[in-house]
Amino acid sequence: MFQRLPEATQDPVCFTIDGRGAVARRGDSVAVALLAAGVDACRTTPASGAARGPYCLMGVCFECLVVIDGVGNRQGCLIAVEDGMRVETQRGARRLGGERPA
Amino acid sequence: MRRIRRSADLARRYDLAILGAGPASMAAAAEASALGLDVLVVDENAAPGGQIYRGITTTPMTNRAVLGEAYWQGLDLVRAFEACGADYAPGAKAFSLLPAGEEPGRSMEIELGVSLAGEARPLAVRDVLVAPGALERPFPIPGWTLPGVLTAGAAQIALKASGAVPGGRAVIAGSGPLLLLVAAQLRAAGAEIAAILDTTPRANWRKAAAHAAAFLRSPYLAKGLKLLLDSRGGPRVIRGVTALRAEGEDHVRAVAWQRGAREGRMECDLLLLHQGVVPNTAVTNAIGCAHDWDPVQLCWVPRRDEWLCTSVPGISVAGDGGGIAGAESAAESGRLAALGAAARLGALTEAERDRRAAPVRMALERHGRGRRFLDLLYRPARQFRVPEAPETIVCRCEEVTAGQIRDAVAKGAIGPNQLKVFLRCGMGPCQGRLCNLTVTEMVAAQRGVTPSEVGTYRARPPFKPVTVGELASLPQTNAAVKAVVR
Amino acid sequence: MLTEPDITVVGGGLVGSAIAFGLARRGARVLVLDEGDRALRASRANFALIWVQSKGLGMPQYSAWSKGSSEAWSELAALLRETTGVDVALQQPGGFALCLSEGEMEKRISATRRLQAQPGAPQFPYEVLDHEGTRRVLPQIGRDVAGSIYCPLDGHVNSLRLFRALHLAMDALGVGYRPECPVDRIEPHEGGFRLSGAWGEVRSARVVLSAGLGNARLAPMVGLHAPVRPSKGQVIVTEKVAPFLRHPMNTIRQTDEGGVMMGDSQEDLGFDTAVTNPVISVMADRAVRTFPLLRDANVVRTWSALRVMSPDGFPIYEQSASHPGAFVATCHSGVTLAAAHALTLAPHIHDGALPEALACFDSGRLHVPKAA
Repeated sequence: MFQRLPEATQDPVCFTIDGRGAVARRGDSVAVALLAAGVDACRTTPASGAARGPYCLMGVCFECLVVIDGVGNRQGCLIAVEDGMRVETQRGARRLGGERPA
Repeated sequence: MRRIRRSADLARRYDLAILGAGPASMAAAAEASALGLDVLVVDENAAPGGQIYRGITTTPMTNRAVLGEAYWQGLDLVRAFEACGADYAPGAKAFSLLPAGEEPGRSMEIELGVSLAGEARPLAVRDVLVAPGALERPFPIPGWTLPGVLTAGAAQIALKASGAVPGGRAVIAGSGPLLLLVAAQLRAAGAEIAAILDTTPRANWRKAAAHAAAFLRSPYLAKGLKLLLDSRGGPRVIRGVTALRAEGEDHVRAVAWQRGAREGRMECDLLLLHQGVVPNTAVTNAIGCAHDWDPVQLCWVPRRDEWLCTSVPGISVAGDGGGIAGAESAAESGRLAALGAAARLGALTEAERDRRAAPVRMALERHGRGRRFLDLLYRPARQFRVPEAPETIVCRCEEVTAGQIRDAVAKGAIGPNQLKVFLRCGMGPCQGRLCNLTVTEMVAAQRGVTPSEVGTYRARPPFKPVTVGELASLPQTNAAVKAVVR
Repeated sequence: MLTEPDITVVGGGLVGSAIAFGLARRGARVLVLDEGDRALRASRANFALIWVQSKGLGMPQYSAWSKGSSEAWSELAALLRETTGVDVALQQPGGFALCLSEGEMEKRISATRRLQAQPGAPQFPYEVLDHEGTRRVLPQIGRDVAGSIYCPLDGHVNSLRLFRALHLAMDALGVGYRPECPVDRIEPHEGGFRLSGAWGEVRSARVVLSAGLGNARLAPMVGLHAPVRPSKGQVIVTEKVAPFLRHPMNTIRQTDEGGVMMGDSQEDLGFDTAVTNPVISVMADRAVRTFPLLRDANVVRTWSALRVMSPDGFPIYEQSASHPGAFVATCHSGVTLAAAHALTLAPHIHDGALPEALACFDSGRLHVPKAA
């Protein structure tokens, strides 16, 4: 559970999490944007379906995998959040073929 | 410094490619380009600073009392980097490196694969400096994979880059100077830390005491005293913790601990773990550089000569990626590596190189004083490196437990590469970054041999994932087509 | 600890462990000597195919041997599950060789016809499919796919789990397994053999050489000839993705775990195992043309490994004439042939002689210039 400090609330970015509206700060990675919005779990594992969330925030652990604008298995901590971005929980293994072309 | 945003804007050749944009890289880039080398800095992050100076050009935490002066010192390095003549490709991934050689398929120059904005390109470079920094030592305790359990470093990143701090009830657990630093920074930012569970083994104080004299003369003392003072009157500190467990179903709800025979438990919404940092050897391993096991720092360290060159010609390592020594050492080692590269590439005579290197080596020696004390004091206890509870997940990606690993070793899987085949540990997206140390130490402990004899996973490219389409767009040769289309 | 085994198997890879398992099932006391954690192991690095359709051009008996193994594979899988509890995920839905041009189609069709036209070659079923016919079974194929050859006898397995299951099965049947014991010398000794290395020595009535590329050095010590050389193959592996491909292709397959593997390449570069981008690029490019949806899949690993290749590409199975009791077994299809090795070859070795039907795999053939 994370919260935003008062000195960090300017320059908002509006995006959605599983369809629900949320606000982040320009410069946030998607992973931090999720944490600051109170979302600690961002995926379920392909192996067992266990819930996982961001762990290292520096691109090493691959726990922060999420679906961004329809494309799965994106490392949320390495991608800056943008206005209108659709972020969704990554449920199990990524689905190829159903995604919009890159 | 020229910012490169598209793959097409990269030059085809560079004298020196530097992987990473932390203190070692920035110092090396400034030094090397001032000596006339064509330099490219490749980094996955969007802004310079690496981890230690993360967000330094963009952070909302501009009140310098929060992050502290040691952090803000990094601005000098960033300014020097921005003013230098290097090319800088942020948001870019170096994903492959083929050393130079005479075998078929190799060339006189190193082939570095770089992916930028969805396009992959091979670059010809004469010398490569790998400065990947450190990553947190794995902290395998039961429940460490629950949402709401993060590293202390992660909390620091959230603070630095985004001004986000733990809400609710947060507990920090582990050992090491970074633990205290993070606790102090979070408190200075106004976050509530309910407790610090200190796992520093009591016996370490005795072992470290022999090196206390050097520590007292070192730059660390001033920093350390300030941290200790800051933490008075703060969160509850429980020392001598010998076991930890994170509890919860889909989220961490509580942390339980033991201090010898006594037990404790506390509800929490967030658990931050930290027991030191270790060199990030993923890239040097995949390139094929030789590594040695450091029995004090309990990690793999690339083998290097006095100019920081690895066992692979043309590849050197600077900063914490070559051995944990802190940010100031990192900058100096970047300069040293740059001087070595400049002489190798003919931009400096050896005499001039040695003359310029002398003060750098003195600075390195000065920054190195007191490290041994810290290394011995904060050496993590064995049970936190070699988990006992069989249900503890060791390989997070593939969900392989300590019990499964012990079973497989007992049945003849004698090393990490056999274990990988038998259990899939190390095969997930992180390619063993978070489990390789645990696996090596578990096998060593169970077989009664040294970690050095056990070895580690064999790493391979891509250093970070790239798409099939990107690989498909790399240049092909007639020989390659003949090898495939048969 | 097994001190005087009946049979010592040198090499604990897919070939050695399958043979050791088969010998132990016959009641032999078996010891396996294996190398360490970082050995060259084709067993850890293969495409996991159980493949029949293109095997045996130049030696029809090899086609029969492969077909027979493919047909016995379900028995092996069941045995391994019974003995160890491990399910090796055997899938035999048939496999495809996909072609990206008419030229490739013609070449493949011609090769398959010639294969089956050889005297004594088994007549296995296969279908030639055009683009539309292929698309009906594999809806995700790209426009560039000209057609395919489908063979119902082809399949695949989780070869890592197979390797693990064979090791667990050996353990369950009391086979002695000693890693980190690379064999330096083999000498005749008191009617049997003495095998030695830096780790010590072992005496054994009989010996089976299944040491992959190491066979070349060891075979002459017991009057055998196994001139195998490394053949480099590179492979691309993706992240786990939701299942979309049930059938294996000869160059693309989706594992039961979800990752997609792409190959396949062949280079004679000695013992070099570097991954090289031009070859990776050609394979990736063909994979994307075959299944366009792979374009955006993330590659987590590329690797290369060395096939154990005889001069004509066919196995060598032989008992030494000068040193009876010493056998060699080597091939580059240790997955396809695992069933034959465990259920047919091992019993022959146990009985002390290889049958006439396997005489074609004698190394003697390699001395004779092939008839035009």
